[in-house]
Amino acid sequence: MIRTPSIVLVALVAAAIAAPLLAPQAPDAVDLAHRREPPSSSHWFGTDELGRDVAARILDGARISLAVGLLSASVAGLSGVAIGGIAGYAGGTVDAVLMRLTDAALAVPRLPLLMIAGAVLQPPVSVLVLLIGLAGWMETARVVRAEFMTLRARGFVESARAAGASHARLILAHLLPNAAPAIVVSMTLAVARGILLESALSFFGVGVRPPQASWGNMLYQAQSALLTEPWLALAPGIFIFVTTLSVNLAGDRMATRP
Amino acid sequence: MTRFLARRIVQAIPLLFVISLLAFFLIHAAPGGPLAVYLSNPSVRPEDIERLRHALGLDRPLWSQYWSWLAAFVRGDWGYSFSDGRPVAARIAERLPATLELASAGVFFALVIAIPGGVIAAVRRGRAADHAITAAATAGISLPAFWFGLVLQILFAVALGWFPSSGRTTPGAGGFLDHLQHLVLPTLVLACVQAAGWSRYLRGSMIDALAQPTVITARARGVPEARVVMSHAFQNALGPFVAVVTIDAALLISGAVVTESVFAWPGLGSLFTEALARRDYAVLMTLLVLSSTAVIVLNVVADVAQALIDPRVTVE
Repeated sequence: MIRTPSIVLVALVAAAIAAPLLAPQAPDAVDLAHRREPPSSSHWFGTDELGRDVAARILDGARISLAVGLLSASVAGLSGVAIGGIAGYAGGTVDAVLMRLTDAALAVPRLPLLMIAGAVLQPPVSVLVLLIGLAGWMETARVVRAEFMTLRARGFVESARAAGASHARLILAHLLPNAAPAIVVSMTLAVARGILLESALSFFGVGVRPPQASWGNMLYQAQSALLTEPWLALAPGIFIFVTTLSVNLAGDRMATRP
Repeated sequence: MTRFLARRIVQAIPLLFVISLLAFFLIHAAPGGPLAVYLSNPSVRPEDIERLRHALGLDRPLWSQYWSWLAAFVRGDWGYSFSDGRPVAARIAERLPATLELASAGVFFALVIAIPGGVIAAVRRGRAADHAITAAATAGISLPAFWFGLVLQILFAVALGWFPSSGRTTPGAGGFLDHLQHLVLPTLVLACVQAAGWSRYLRGSMIDALAQPTVITARARGVPEARVVMSHAFQNALGPFVAVVTIDAALLISGAVVTESVFAWPGLGSLFTEALARRDYAVLMTLLVLSSTAVIVLNVVADVAQALIDPRVTVE
């Protein structure tokens, strides 16, 4: 019970890495003789309109969804730490300007703007990661700024400053390590958000493009066959849900651990 | 108060300017520009495209195009929809009621779930009720809204047939009851997803509020526990909670893009996805700028509301 979310996540990442070995067949192997089959012992999650094995596509999609989630969270986390760190360390006018910028970025409707970018630029997955990451730095920036503000006034930082520590040393040796738990928690939230955003974009047909499978674009294709092949809509959604739930639970646990 | 409002308005103007600039250049970065759809159409001759390009001013430099768009926009001239030639303002006006209806129903039921949920979880902190509510709330924030919508459609519309799967009314049969039935599933999606985030937030503020000296004093004075929770703690937690709800409500009104699209709810969110599919740039620009404006305005409303509810908070 205690470590379930972490075990689920490790299993998912392992399965995604070993996808070509685990998959019963290639994710893009078309089999027109077995189209639209319900789940069975030979096709655990059924087959789609081209007879492709849904389980194989789920495994292949896991690589995309998890990679987008983790990498976009790193982009969001790094830019958030940089902006929030500068604001919290410098204070004064710099802080005021950067925080107004953060407020401004939060007022931009995130999903619609990403949808426009996805439709117009038709980005490859690497650019998609960048876009999703750059749309999500604000939350981490706020957390890091708040942490730096409180830490800056603490005795050990004051005494390090009085002892002549450089700015770089203050930040790298004193502030960042102590802000790390809060940063990690905000980054787990960013992973979950990245996975949800990728799947939403792909669901609208402006994220990861077919034939490359992603959990979101599998749901996009399933939507048109909801009446006849509802199972196509179940498996990808369950995987998105279980993944984001495990990430959020792991984050919550880190946040509440004394 | 007047100075506060004036300052916020002055701050909002450059912000909206930057957002519109970003959106405008992003949209015009498309290969072939807004007329890209015609390039692959064999029945449209190249000279026709050239003529259209000139007529729409697309052959002018981007900066000057942006400038004309901006000058027209601030005068209330939001242009014409590419897809049906009607004014953008008219298309938005006809979709607004559906969005307001869905958003208010969603916010109402989200509050009905979130307020008791957050309060009970905080009061019973660490007990079974808290664990159950917190688990449900974490599940709610992890739920992909579009998939939740699909599952509800499969379950309640396809398998059980209790509710219609999409739209706002049944064509030809639109009575009040029919209208309500259409509202149930999309409202459920919005309410569940919002309630999850809001109850987590309220639980946090209530836990802080319950640890305040006023609460401890009230308990020591023998004030009944229900009054301690509702009038001492809840009132202190209310300010920040109202602020969060107001700001999130702005996002709902600006178009619950996902929910509206899944249920084909004819509101602003669906208008956005339709406009995106047809590259209807005038509509997209207006929707983006208006929804950012809504977020900014409701941010100010949230600050003012917080100051009104909690005398310790001032807007200065």
